[in-house]
Amino acid sequence: MLVKRSPELKYSDITPRDIYVNRRKFLYGMGLAGGLALAGKSLTELIDPQARAFASTKLSPLASSPFSTTEKVTAEQVVTTYNNYYEFGTDKADPAKNAQKFVTSPWTVSVEGECAKPRKFSLDEIMKLAPLEERIYRHRCVEAWSIVVPWVGFSFSTLAKLVEPTPNARYVAFTSYFDTKQMPLWSRAGIQLPYVEGLRMDEAMHPLTLLCMGMYGESLPNQDGAPIRMVIPWKYGFKSIKSLVKIKFVKDQPPTTWNITNAHEYGFYSNVNPKVDHPRWSQAHEVRLPGFFKNTATQMFNGYGDQVASLYNGMDLKKNY
Amino acid sequence: MNSILKSKWTKAVVFLICLVPLGLLIWEASTGNLSSNPTQFLEHATGDWTLRFVAITLAVTPLRKILGQPQLIRFRRMFGLFAFFYGCCHFSVYLTFDQVFDLHGIWADVIKRRYITVGFTGFVLMIPLAITSTAGWIRRLGQPRWQWLHRAIYLTAIAGVIHYYWLVKSDIHLPLEYAAVMAILLGWRVYAHYKRPQHAAPVAAVAAQKNG
Repeated sequence: MLVKRSPELKYSDITPRDIYVNRRKFLYGMGLAGGLALAGKSLTELIDPQARAFASTKLSPLASSPFSTTEKVTAEQVVTTYNNYYEFGTDKADPAKNAQKFVTSPWTVSVEGECAKPRKFSLDEIMKLAPLEERIYRHRCVEAWSIVVPWVGFSFSTLAKLVEPTPNARYVAFTSYFDTKQMPLWSRAGIQLPYVEGLRMDEAMHPLTLLCMGMYGESLPNQDGAPIRMVIPWKYGFKSIKSLVKIKFVKDQPPTTWNITNAHEYGFYSNVNPKVDHPRWSQAHEVRLPGFFKNTATQMFNGYGDQVASLYNGMDLKKNY
Repeated sequence: MNSILKSKWTKAVVFLICLVPLGLLIWEASTGNLSSNPTQFLEHATGDWTLRFVAITLAVTPLRKILGQPQLIRFRRMFGLFAFFYGCCHFSVYLTFDQVFDLHGIWADVIKRRYITVGFTGFVLMIPLAITSTAGWIRRLGQPRWQWLHRAIYLTAIAGVIHYYWLVKSDIHLPLEYAAVMAILLGWRVYAHYKRPQHAAPVAAVAAQKNG
C-alpha cells in the first residue's frame, strides 16, 4: 500500500482560526484600528467571535495523518455555505441558514445488530475512544464538484472493533437523525427520510473510512453534519452520511437513500469513477470549488485507488456503480 | 394608460428593466457573490430568466385580450428577444465553464442526455424566431406563415420546463411552478380558440381537427 507522507504542519497551525474566518473584518480592523483606539474600541472587539456563523468547539490535540493530501485546502467559508443536506432545504445555501438551531447535544449513537457487544455511545464517549486525527481528504460530489476538507476524527474501525461484529456482519447500515419538528423543510426534500446509507464490511473497516466529529480544527458545523458523520473519501459525497444516530451490522446489503430515490442513477457502491457517467452528466471532470471551470480531471476512486482498488478486485464497476 | 403604452419612453424603460437581471449578475460576479459554485449559480440564474422571459412573452397576448390593452403587443418582440438573449447567456455559461469549449463533449451531452437534448432543442427553436422577429421578415413570410412559425415558442416553453424537471435531483417544486405557469398560458390559448369559433381557426388546427 502506497501512502504519501504529508507535512507535519496541520491546517489549523497555519493561521489562527479567528483571523482566517473573519479575515475581512481583520483587514478592516487593521485600517480602522488607529482611529478606533481613540474611541476606546479594541481590535479584539472588532474580531468578534459572536459574529461566527455557528457555535464551535476547538478540538485539540490533533494528530496528523499519513492519509492526508497535500492539495490546497478549500476555504472554510465554501465548505460551510454550500451544502447538500436536504433535511434543511434543497438549495445549497439552505442548510447554512436553516440548520443553525439544530440541537446536537446531548447526542447518542446506537451501535447494534450482528455484534457481540451492542451498546449506545454518547458523543463524549466516542470522542475519548481514540486520539483525534486531522485528515485532509478530497471530497467529490456526485454533482461533479469537489472540495478539499481537513476533517477531524478517527477510523470507523476503531469504534466497530469495540462492539465485536460477528461473522454474520457482512454490511453496515447507517441512519441519520430525523425529526420533522427540527427539520420543517423535510417534506420538500423529495427523498425518503430518515436518510440511510450503507457500506460493505470491508469498506467500513478500511482505515480510510473516517468517523468524523470535526473539521478545520473544530467541532462540525450543523450544516456539515454535526455532531458526528461518516466520511468515505473514495465514494461520492452522498455516501458520507451526516448526523449519525444508528450504526447497525447486518447480513444483507442495506437500502440506501439515493438508491431508493433513483436506482438507475445512484448505485449502492457509488465509487468515484470518471469512466462511469451519471446518466445525466459526465463524471470525467469536476469543478474544484470555488472555481469556475469544470476542468479538473476526476480520478478513479477519487485518487485513493492505491489504498482501496483491491477491495473491488474482479468486480465489474460499470455494473456495480 | 394607452398613451403611456404608446410612448417610446415606456419602451426604453421596459428595455432597461429587462436588463436588470443581467446587471445584478454582473454586480454579484464583481463582488464575489456568485456562491461557492459560481458556474452552477450562473447556469441556474440564466436558466431561470430564460424561462421567465418565455413566460412573460407568452403572457402578452392573454393580457392584451383580458385587459383590453392592444398596445401591449408593442413589447412582445422585445420580451421574446430577451428570452433568447438569456437563453444565449445560459448556453454560453455551459459552453465556457461547464464544457470548457469541448464541442465533442457538448454534442455527446446533446445526444446522450435527455435533459440536455430537450433543453438544447428549446434553445435552437428560438434561433429562427429571433432572426425572423423583424418587420421585414413578417412581410416576407406573410402574416399567417409568420404566425405559424412563431408558435414554435410554445414548444420552447414546454421544452424548457421539461429540461428543468429532468434536471433536478429530487425537489420538483420549482419546475412544477414553472409548469403551472406555462400550462395556464398555453391553456388560455386553447380555451380562447374554442371559446370564439367566429374567428377563423388557423389552417393547421382545422386540418388537425379533420384528421383527428
